[in-house]
Amino acid sequence: MKLAVCIKRVPDMEGRFKIAASGTGIDEAGLKYDMSDFDGYAAEVAIQITEKAGAGEVTVISLGPDVVQETLRKALSMGAHRAVQLKHDAPVSDGFAVATALAAELKDGGYDLILCGRMAVDTQNRSTGVFIAELLGLPIITAISQLSVDGGVVKARRELEGAYELIECPLPAVVTIDEGIARARYPSLKGIMAAKKKPLDVKPAQLGAITYQLEKMELPAERAAGRIVGEGKDAVPELVRLLKEEAKVL
Amino acid sequence: MTNILAFSETRLGELRRAGLETVTAARRVADATGGQVHAVLAGGPGIAQHAAKLAAHGADVVLVLEHDAFANYNPEALTAVLAARLGSGYRAAFFAASALGHDLVARVAARMKLAYASDVTEFAFSADSVAVAHPGYTNKIVQRFVLKANPALISLRAGAVLPAENAKAGAVEALAPVGDPTATRVKVTLTEKAAGGKIDLGEAPVIIAGGRGLKEAANFKLVEDLAAAFGNAAVGATRAVTDDGWRPHSDQIGQTGRLVSPDLYVACGISGAIQHLAGMRTSKTIVAINKDKEAPIFKAADYGIVGDVMDVLPALTEAVKQARAGA
Repeated sequence: MKLAVCIKRVPDMEGRFKIAASGTGIDEAGLKYDMSDFDGYAAEVAIQITEKAGAGEVTVISLGPDVVQETLRKALSMGAHRAVQLKHDAPVSDGFAVATALAAELKDGGYDLILCGRMAVDTQNRSTGVFIAELLGLPIITAISQLSVDGGVVKARRELEGAYELIECPLPAVVTIDEGIARARYPSLKGIMAAKKKPLDVKPAQLGAITYQLEKMELPAERAAGRIVGEGKDAVPELVRLLKEEAKVL
Repeated sequence: MTNILAFSETRLGELRRAGLETVTAARRVADATGGQVHAVLAGGPGIAQHAAKLAAHGADVVLVLEHDAFANYNPEALTAVLAARLGSGYRAAFFAASALGHDLVARVAARMKLAYASDVTEFAFSADSVAVAHPGYTNKIVQRFVLKANPALISLRAGAVLPAENAKAGAVEALAPVGDPTATRVKVTLTEKAAGGKIDLGEAPVIIAGGRGLKEAANFKLVEDLAAAFGNAAVGATRAVTDDGWRPHSDQIGQTGRLVSPDLYVACGISGAIQHLAGMRTSKTIVAINKDKEAPIFKAADYGIVGDVMDVLPALTEAVKQARAGA
């Protein structure tokens, strides 16, 4: 099988963020970067498929400035076979514009299965996979937590709020990956050495039109300072009174 | 055109709360712009029974797509129907920012070659654009966008607009499939409720969440007891607790888990790490019970009790039972 995985380089989400002076981005000083969590799961799933079959090839693709090569090399060190950077220096907030560039690269690749994360953890747009599928005329199953590929058919499970569903479609197809399938492995030293010799092509990105423009970023409003009602179980009656009379939630 | 479409999500023949939120949001826009609200109600045989409820929440017209092929979610057939309908001229369409809503709005947008706004918490319509806010960076940043697409396709975060009654005629019109709705590539073969049949975290008006302060898995009984006393509450947990296997991963609230905004969130023995706050800080009222009075959760909470959850929870459960019995 030929597999492709679309990955995005994003900042580490563990810390607090500051807004950059431009007001339309985050202050990047001191931030660490890695592939978006769900894209890491997608890369892991694709690599496991080729390892299990003992055959096949995984291509990882990322759109962005030259620093995305670092992220692509990480995927190669995990076990992907080759990488493509679609070079574009400015950040793009329009998912359709990004998907247009990715689809142009994927179109003639002869891929059986294309994998994306279910969303990028920075922009949280959730559009790229579906737009790629539509542009390529392929079926898509989004946000899957289990996957099997057998006899030209993809079978998957999707978690819903308080429920789940089982879904299938024929190959070639696109899937987007949720929690629950696989965690991205840590590259081994051997993998890191091997990745240095794997092909990484750089091509210009052919973006689509921008109709969804980021105007401003802000930090969420701080909650008004609350109050300590009291200590221990003696404070319970007063808390219940406040919940009833002030907050009106009881 | 100034008409607004609302996709009302159903599951296994039931109308979901999110389906009323989209109609309420559409009503709000239509009242400002002078258009009508058209609610789409799709499902298997019998789904039409929910039309009256959509009318009560502000639908001028309920477009009913009742067909065996829609008993399970049928993404490709729904996309064909909605793209055709929206192509006939609408100002906007609202979907739920649910697992299925995220899937469907993206498909419809892709089919219509439009950008769309996902997981929206605020929206403001003007003549040729819509200003929207949606969370990013694991909810630590508010991103403000201008969406110039027409129609403006929007998925609405649960709780961003609460269902409100505002009765309109709700004239029922049949909506026909486009082509053969069984001849799709993507097929949902089974939809099943998760085991337990409990209230989902995303839909519960009250959430009682527990953290490491409970000391061991068995003590989650105290959290469950308080949830039972409320009657309309779901139980959540921190990542520390789900990673330790005290609770299933599906109960995890926070940056890498569920993002919730109930009317009342009771944090029991939770210190309030930023990763946890990211998942619940938009709750309307937050109560924190923690023995460490310096815990960051008290900065996010409206009401705090400094004390051991093992002492406070049983007393609170009893008091809530009495308050509800007297109400």
